[in-house]
Amino acid sequence: MTDQTASLASFTGEEAQKKLRKRHRAERRFRAYGVAAILFALAFLVFLFTSIFSQGWSAFLQTSIKLPVEFSQDVINPSGNPDAEDEIFRANYVKLARAALYKQLGIDAEDRKVRRDANKLLSRGVDVQLRDMVLRDPSIIGKTEDVWLLASDDADALLKGSIDRKTPSDRRAVNDQQVAWIDQLVDKGDMEKRFNTGLFVNGASSNPETAGLGVALIGSFFMMLTVVLLAVPLGVCAALYLEEYAPKGKISDTIEVNINNLAAVPSIVFGLLGLAVFINFFGLPRSASLVGGLVLTLMTLPTIIITTRAAIRAVPPSIREAALGVGASKMQLIGHHVLPLSLPGILTGTIIGLVQALGETAPLLMIGMVAFVVEYPTTPLDPATGLPVQIYMWASSAERGFVERTAGATMVLLAFLIVMNSLAVYLRNKFERKW
Amino acid sequence: MEAKVEDRPAMTVEQPAEPKETDDAAPAALGELKIKATDVNLWYGEKQALFDVNLEVFGQSVTALIGPSGCGKSTFLRCLNRMNDVIDICKVKGDIRLDGEDIYAPEVDPVQLRARVGMVFQKPNPFPKSIYENVAYAPRLHGLCATKAQMDEVVETSLIKAGLWEEVKDRLDAPGTGLSGGQQQRLCIARAISVNPEVLLMDEPCSALDPIATATIETLIDELKENLCIAIVTHSMQQAARVSQRTAFFHLGKLVEVNDTSTIFTNPSDQRTQDYVTGRFG
Amino acid sequence: MSSLTILAILIGAGVLAYFIGRMRSIQTCGGQQQNLHSRPSYHGYYLAILTALPAIILLAVWGIAERPLTRYVAMQELPAKVLQGSDAEKALTMSVVDTIAEGLPQLSPEEYEVLRKARYGFVTTSDARDVLARHGVVLGSDPDRSLLAAADELASRAEPAGSRCRSACFALAALGFVWGYSRIRPELRARNIVERVMRGGLFLASTVAVLTTVGIVLSVLFETIHFFQFVSPFDFLFGTVWDPRFATVGKAEGQFGLLPLLWGTLFISAVALLVAVPVGLFAAIYMSEYAGSKVRAFAKPVLEILAGIPTIVYGFFALSVFGPLLRDLGFNIGLEISASSVLTAGIVMGVMIIPFVSSLSDDIINAVPQSLREGSYGLGATQSETIKKVILPAALPGIVGAVLLAASRAIGETMIVVLAAGIAANLTLNPLEPVTTITVKIVSQLTGDLEFNSPQTLVAFALGLTLFIITLALNVYALYIVRKYREQYE
Repeated sequence: MTDQTASLASFTGEEAQKKLRKRHRAERRFRAYGVAAILFALAFLVFLFTSIFSQGWSAFLQTSIKLPVEFSQDVINPSGNPDAEDEIFRANYVKLARAALYKQLGIDAEDRKVRRDANKLLSRGVDVQLRDMVLRDPSIIGKTEDVWLLASDDADALLKGSIDRKTPSDRRAVNDQQVAWIDQLVDKGDMEKRFNTGLFVNGASSNPETAGLGVALIGSFFMMLTVVLLAVPLGVCAALYLEEYAPKGKISDTIEVNINNLAAVPSIVFGLLGLAVFINFFGLPRSASLVGGLVLTLMTLPTIIITTRAAIRAVPPSIREAALGVGASKMQLIGHHVLPLSLPGILTGTIIGLVQALGETAPLLMIGMVAFVVEYPTTPLDPATGLPVQIYMWASSAERGFVERTAGATMVLLAFLIVMNSLAVYLRNKFERKW
Repeated sequence: MEAKVEDRPAMTVEQPAEPKETDDAAPAALGELKIKATDVNLWYGEKQALFDVNLEVFGQSVTALIGPSGCGKSTFLRCLNRMNDVIDICKVKGDIRLDGEDIYAPEVDPVQLRARVGMVFQKPNPFPKSIYENVAYAPRLHGLCATKAQMDEVVETSLIKAGLWEEVKDRLDAPGTGLSGGQQQRLCIARAISVNPEVLLMDEPCSALDPIATATIETLIDELKENLCIAIVTHSMQQAARVSQRTAFFHLGKLVEVNDTSTIFTNPSDQRTQDYVTGRFG
Repeated sequence: MSSLTILAILIGAGVLAYFIGRMRSIQTCGGQQQNLHSRPSYHGYYLAILTALPAIILLAVWGIAERPLTRYVAMQELPAKVLQGSDAEKALTMSVVDTIAEGLPQLSPEEYEVLRKARYGFVTTSDARDVLARHGVVLGSDPDRSLLAAADELASRAEPAGSRCRSACFALAALGFVWGYSRIRPELRARNIVERVMRGGLFLASTVAVLTTVGIVLSVLFETIHFFQFVSPFDFLFGTVWDPRFATVGKAEGQFGLLPLLWGTLFISAVALLVAVPVGLFAAIYMSEYAGSKVRAFAKPVLEILAGIPTIVYGFFALSVFGPLLRDLGFNIGLEISASSVLTAGIVMGVMIIPFVSSLSDDIINAVPQSLREGSYGLGATQSETIKKVILPAALPGIVGAVLLAASRAIGETMIVVLAAGIAANLTLNPLEPVTTITVKIVSQLTGDLEFNSPQTLVAFALGLTLFIITLALNVYALYIVRKYREQYE
């Protein structure tokens, strides 16, 4: 007792005040750690986004050269037979483009060194560009037209400033002569950065300037379609069973634990499953977006089941009782009341699942979607890639032009995710119901 | 004396009475004036929960705060050790003095204040730690014990004072959450008196307990008041009558009447008090 | 006729049956619908289910069983020597058979005749090889006669069996329709039957998740056992050298030591947790204990965005920005940091898993009863003292669960390490050097040409099983303690 009275005195003395100040300092420090943690996360986020945007925005522009190309009959269709498709297909279009370039630059077509330097200004993809023009409209054979042709990766890099003009000529990817030509073309307005539609429509290419996301976008679309068609019905049905029917006991406990664990299984393991089961056992083709879709379906199923169950659980018992009370069967109760009322929640969960599936890469590597696919896939069984896989492939490429493309593709992917997430938030806010 | 009380209507919000009235009227031995609250108003956001409350709490005695649910008695109690500071939207106006010192003054540290004004809550809330650690928590916080021996002594004295020592002395390392409800609450009391506070606030300390545990706690309160100033919120009028010397009746956020317990229960001056203590509402 | 076409036809038949069933039910009660036990639409569903469902199930079963079945039959043609040989040998032979069988339908009748003759030994098998080569089926050597026989069986069995199955499907559909139609009468409890079927369907849907788990375990386990026929489990589990060499069929030349990969995985995950746990935990504490509603409304989504960014984006960021940045930073202060160091991958991964730690910890801290906080404040504790001495100890099991879940994420994370960690298996303690991980090696062993009978490919499954077991153990334990924790405060 006396002991405690003595200690009470120490509440007020100078010593106690000091102790108290120390405690308050600790308090402020602790609080500062919390603020610092959040600021750290925020700063990292800002850093990540700015670095990707600053690298990637230029991918949406691509340098082109305007050249008056003469679609010479002699080169394209020497036989004069307009039905000789093979001849037209195999014609030497590069020659046409180069001839136009020499004329435009006013250089001597006989000097091989000069010619070689000049050739490097044009992309290696110009032949496809010109060929497609002719195949689309054979009547231009024999005419001369102004065409915006893709410039080479190096010329593009110079215009975008990623090649430093101050570097000595011999250590620069474009030599002084080429720089002079480029400046000449730019001054005349014959060379400029234009919006890069190729990024969205082209297939795979080993030249950065002609590589695009076309195949990847279609592949991702097919995969998302598969996920929507399979994962959503399966997930909703499973959630309905677990919430409405499953007797509480061992079986439903097992399923529940199972679903929770499945949601945390590394995605790459799903890839192994896809490889072993869908490709090896069922013999589905490798690289097919259907297989990708199936794997992503299994992967997103837990997410959809968990969110749908939460949405179903939010429907109040009073509504169930009211419906059962007027003689509705359980199925009718579900069809007429539970599903419509939980629909917004199900939709939100579906979008979250899709977002997860759209950004997933690792399992797709396992099932061979890292493929060099030039042609558009027309069915889900054709070889395809996906948006994140394309990013992975470009990120592993060495050429400078691909770094910009990778960042650009990342921006496209992020844009999709942001749109989908905003949609989910909008739906949640619009339809959220408080019981 | 009786006549004097008749002359002056009961202490109500509309007509606050002078403190000396209670001095005269007090048949029980009251200690010196400990807490004096003047014109306390309190808001939760937009909603006002207390209206011009004036109340005095005396040492070496028990003051009971009674009233129907939601009348503001708990809220008022929590003003006395600034527990309401924890709630963001809560705003307090008025003057509350502990030993003549304004506890809402900017230089007063709520942390230090709460060591002087302890609190016991409605539901027993022992920390999920051992019995020993529960009691040692506050002395350790405030750095009151330099040595283990001192700490042992503080823990023992507190547990003895809380009447729990005999029951737990062999298992001080057992978790506090493993005790029975009544024991848990006595542990919480031991925890609260471990730093020897001057005032002990009790917010319905027996509402979650069975009658036997309640009786034990009431006896304990009676013992504790010898050295402490106690304010207790209770729902049970019998309890108020049993343990307190003075009783304050709250209604709709207003202090309706405060007086000796016997007076409140036998001869209240306000009709609402009369109705409440006779069980007509509440 | 492909299975998809049959499926479409069966579904069409089902829709038709629905309308017929509806009409029929109204007919049987003479238009007095109140006499029907179930509403007409239920009779429609009833008939549709009877028509389409059994046939679709048959189709599905056939779709699953067809390939293994025909392959099994074809395999019987192979000489006993091959059949008794190892799995790898069998698989190798079967892949040649598959190649030939794929070429068969492209042959003209005359060419096919050559092949038949070769099968029964009237002409040499090198003639058959020439014929096949003309259609792009290039064989390394003259095929054995038994191979031609097996390929012929494979190609010729598949077709008639398929057409028999199609007829069976349609017959089943017709049978179901006729039987169901004859049963429709007013007192038929169509609704109860339909609902029972639907309930069965819902139950099946809910088992897909379980089947997936079983599928993962079986498929990975199967291939792992296969792998252990080449490499002893002991060498795999305790080997300290990872050097698989290139894929050579049927030969275990490389070394497949798990330890360097496991070490790399744990090292990077540990760095990640060193970043994520303090940041995530303090963020959670700040948000649940200190932040006002406005700060919370801002900070919570910021952390959620971190979780929503695909890992490939983090990987690219680590590869192109963060790795070089750390390297240059190290260079300036005289440290040699590899661009794909443990630090690079670990820190970026740590940021990725911050939200896993913070959001679960946030929930857990919020679940600590308010009464404990009040008890502590009432004794004169400051907020941080309350958090450190009461709330965190009380929430500890839950927080440990959150950290374990985050750890499981880190261990299973693939894209960040594939892009930003090293490729050389390295047993090092230096965080500035690169190491490689289990996931990186799974990816590198499985991209490119696959040979399902070489240890170089199969080791990926053994690695996958290791990964699965580690993460599953972490998850099960973490979910268990989180669940226990929640129950405690409910």
